[in-house]
Amino acid sequence: MLSLIVFLPIIAGLIILAVPSSQKQIIRIVSLLAALAQGVLAVLIWRAYDPSLPGITAGPGGSPLGSFQFVEKVPWIGLKLGAMGSLNIEYFLGVDGISVTMVILTALISAIGVLSSWTIQKQVKGYFILYNLLASAMMGCFVALDFFLFYVFWELMLLPMYFLIGIWGGPNREYAAIKFFLYTLFGSVFMLLVMIGLYFSVIDPVTGNHTFSLVAMANQANYLQDAILGPHNVMWRYIAFAVLFVGFAIKVPMFPFHTWLPDAHVEAPTPISVILAGVLLKLGTYGMMRINFPLFPEVFHASMYVIGIFGAINIIYGAFCALAQQDLKKMVAYSSISHMGYVLLGLAAGNSEGMIGALYQMFNHGTITAMLFLLVGVIYDRAHTRQIDKFGGLASYMPVYAALVTVAWFASLGLPGLSGFISEALVFVGAFSSITTRYIAMVSVLGIVFGAAYLLWSLQRMFLGKRKPDAAYDLEVGADGHEHIHFHDWKGKIDLDGRELTMLVPLVVITIFLGIYPMPVLGMITSSVNKLVEVLTPLAIR
Amino acid sequence: MFELPSGAEIQSIIASLKLSVEFFIPEIYLSLLFMLLIVVDLVAKGKKNNLLSITTLLGLAGTMYFIFRQQSMPAGELFFGMYVLDEFAIFFKYFFVLSGILAVIITMADEQFESEVKSMGEYYALVVAMVIGMIMMASSADMMMIFLSMELVSFSAFILTGYFKRNPRSSEAALKYLVYGGVSSGLMVYGFSLIYGLTAETNLINISSALSQHGYDPVVLILATLLVLAGFGYKIGAVPFHFWAPDVYEGAPTPVTAYLSVASKAAGFALLMRFFYIAVPHGGPVYEDIIGINWVSLLIIISVASMIYGNVVALWQKNVKRLLAYSSIAHAGYLLLGIIVMDAFGTQATLLYLLSYFLMNFGAFYVVILIANKTGSENLEDYRGLGKKMPLAGAALTVFLISLVGLPPTFGFIGKLMIFSALLTKGSLYLWLALIGIMTSVISLYYYMLIPLNMYLRESPSSEQKNMNPGLLPNIIMAALMFLTIYFGLFFQPLADFAKYGSTLFGLKH
Repeated sequence: MLSLIVFLPIIAGLIILAVPSSQKQIIRIVSLLAALAQGVLAVLIWRAYDPSLPGITAGPGGSPLGSFQFVEKVPWIGLKLGAMGSLNIEYFLGVDGISVTMVILTALISAIGVLSSWTIQKQVKGYFILYNLLASAMMGCFVALDFFLFYVFWELMLLPMYFLIGIWGGPNREYAAIKFFLYTLFGSVFMLLVMIGLYFSVIDPVTGNHTFSLVAMANQANYLQDAILGPHNVMWRYIAFAVLFVGFAIKVPMFPFHTWLPDAHVEAPTPISVILAGVLLKLGTYGMMRINFPLFPEVFHASMYVIGIFGAINIIYGAFCALAQQDLKKMVAYSSISHMGYVLLGLAAGNSEGMIGALYQMFNHGTITAMLFLLVGVIYDRAHTRQIDKFGGLASYMPVYAALVTVAWFASLGLPGLSGFISEALVFVGAFSSITTRYIAMVSVLGIVFGAAYLLWSLQRMFLGKRKPDAAYDLEVGADGHEHIHFHDWKGKIDLDGRELTMLVPLVVITIFLGIYPMPVLGMITSSVNKLVEVLTPLAIR
Repeated sequence: MFELPSGAEIQSIIASLKLSVEFFIPEIYLSLLFMLLIVVDLVAKGKKNNLLSITTLLGLAGTMYFIFRQQSMPAGELFFGMYVLDEFAIFFKYFFVLSGILAVIITMADEQFESEVKSMGEYYALVVAMVIGMIMMASSADMMMIFLSMELVSFSAFILTGYFKRNPRSSEAALKYLVYGGVSSGLMVYGFSLIYGLTAETNLINISSALSQHGYDPVVLILATLLVLAGFGYKIGAVPFHFWAPDVYEGAPTPVTAYLSVASKAAGFALLMRFFYIAVPHGGPVYEDIIGINWVSLLIIISVASMIYGNVVALWQKNVKRLLAYSSIAHAGYLLLGIIVMDAFGTQATLLYLLSYFLMNFGAFYVVILIANKTGSENLEDYRGLGKKMPLAGAALTVFLISLVGLPPTFGFIGKLMIFSALLTKGSLYLWLALIGIMTSVISLYYYMLIPLNMYLRESPSSEQKNMNPGLLPNIIMAALMFLTIYFGLFFQPLADFAKYGSTLFGLKH
């Protein structure tokens, strides 16, 4: 089941390879079918998921089966290395509460991304092959339980992303693409060294061999005492933790490693921005929850407040930057940085409330930011500009668009009744109840105020008031005596068309539904997060 | 004064030689092939056909059978300790024969030969001569034999480099190669003579036991090691013996560049491993060297310098062949990391890395040739917009370059993984080396990606519609190389086992 959901897009990509490049519609439909099939599988996984199993570490008897679900575990490579024993790599997939939400999110955002890619006209075939490769790699990252496999998927994302930004992006795309590539590669190559170090430090309790299994690594009892990352090597464990943290933090992106994100977002085409904000950023925090923290719990415990401070900086700095932006997409990109700060803050709290809030915020940020970028894309398609002050009074002429923007913007600022509110509230509950992060949380609350400021201000400048003299559109008085909006070379429907509504309405529904009744998600993640908190709590406190 | 050997002694010498010949069949066979090629060239003089190249291909493929037969033979010394047959040598025999085959295949694809040269006779014969020389390099167990085989390789390579007689760049490259080759061979022989002075032995195994039994002057030994390293360093193209590499790689015919950068480099590594593993002692209280400097520290310095220099200087290159030349200097540095580890795992990692380098570097040069056939240029600027015009070539080159960077899921990643794993099995001792390797590979991403950047992200200035399809056979070969690069990146077990097999050296005391 998990193999299928991971490799469906690649299969679609191979089919597309055989389709002549002139058949654009077939290529799009094949991609859409793969994405929909992924969606169906995601729903099946969601329905069949048993929320009582904890995940994170192995179940009874050291087997992952009593703890993880949909497990697929096949030996992949077993090398003899002479005196060093052997190199064992497994094809090991499985989900727990932390990953299952991300799997569902990825399937959802991938499908919406395909729909959003419908308007891509340049080199359609190449675009969808790369897009499907990216979709597979993302999904693979969330379900891989073998560090080696995770790393392969993690790096596999880089190349398609580079080309997707670099070929189909905006004017400054070369710079943005290579910046993205170098930043993330810089983070991940160090992860490679930590991965090798962990391999030589951990023994699989069942087979007695060294292992890449993240499940075995999450149990401190499986570490060799004197190995390079064993419990006695305190210094190297701190360094390894820091290295992994930076690797994942670049992806989040955390201040001061965030500078690639605004560039990448501004240059990327809309669907790629959606994928980037909706799924890729989550991989950073997911990596922290799956790898970084549970493998080095004592280091995590010692550095909680540092993570919290960086979270707070992200929240406030991101909000300030967003406040200063003229470009709507850049504003949304910085708001993304700000909102990922909440995730970091929730993780830093280290308690169940904070962690649940962080994971829920990851899911909500995925849906809400996807919505924001889609909405930015809608107006950019029409007006070919994203400058906030080139608009004004749009609400009168594009009422449906204005309504959806309002919902998305309010969800983003955390209005009660919408999903963002619940996750942010949980994060703050968690952060306040932990001694370490209490004062950090007090400062971070300011972020909500600034968040409201830039969102409401942009809403006001774009949608309320009257047309500005240098606006990106004209007004014409129609036959019925009313004023109509007119974009210079836009032939389509002025307000949202059917395809755009198909992308946006499900996200709006999810946002509202999960704001009123969050239990479908919270119920799935609670037992895993509790287990994670238990793993992270040092024995002395436990 | 020499005493003439008695009749009985001569009889025993002849008997021993006869016995050794049985273990020497691939080399004899290749020598016959070399002569056959000259005859074929004489017979078919002036005719432009594929007779010569096909003969070479079939001949080289036939060698595989004789090498395969050697796999079941016991490891041991031949010809009075001049030569050895062991798993390590067999690994490299396969490696060099396959390199020869690939060199012929990519030569057949290069259209520049048709305009530049009249006859290809000597060319293929020299390719085979180089295979013989390299096989002998990997099997030599005696300093005399090392020198002779190295010169055989070098002389063949000088002529191959200058094969485009009327092209001044090609001749210049050959001359530079010759001058540097002469100097470094001289230094190496001087080093050999010092070692002979210390031990009165030329056989590597005997040198090792003489050094450990009778002791030695560490200053002389380290000086001798340094001088010998000059010779090997020249062959592997490592800093500071690399000065010839960029000019020779740029000026030589591209297939020769590919052949030199893979096979000749691998031969250098084979020699280096055998010489240092077997002959020169290392570690342990018996082998205390001056102020802690032994040959491992020399190799560390060379390796770090190569990784940094190769990768950083490549950033400014505008010519693809030159860019790949600097990248090959950097790869010499990565390969040395595996030797520094000094154990069976390190050797296995180095051999596996060589296999990955073989595949990706030949692949990259093959695509460069196919592109040059169509555009007539190897400049980065002329790669603009090629991704659209030559989709398969663009995709294949991107895969090879990603593999050279060392990103999964390609074979190059596995090579790097094994090398870094080997370093980390020594705990934190060599961690800093791994860090340098990792950071320089991030740098390398930038210049490797310049090629896909030009191919895909930039538009071609001219919009002329020209047939850019390289043809069916080249497309198949390219696709096969690309497929293998990815396939072995995911399922590398057979090759890793092969490398493990090859990591057994005769006479090595671990």
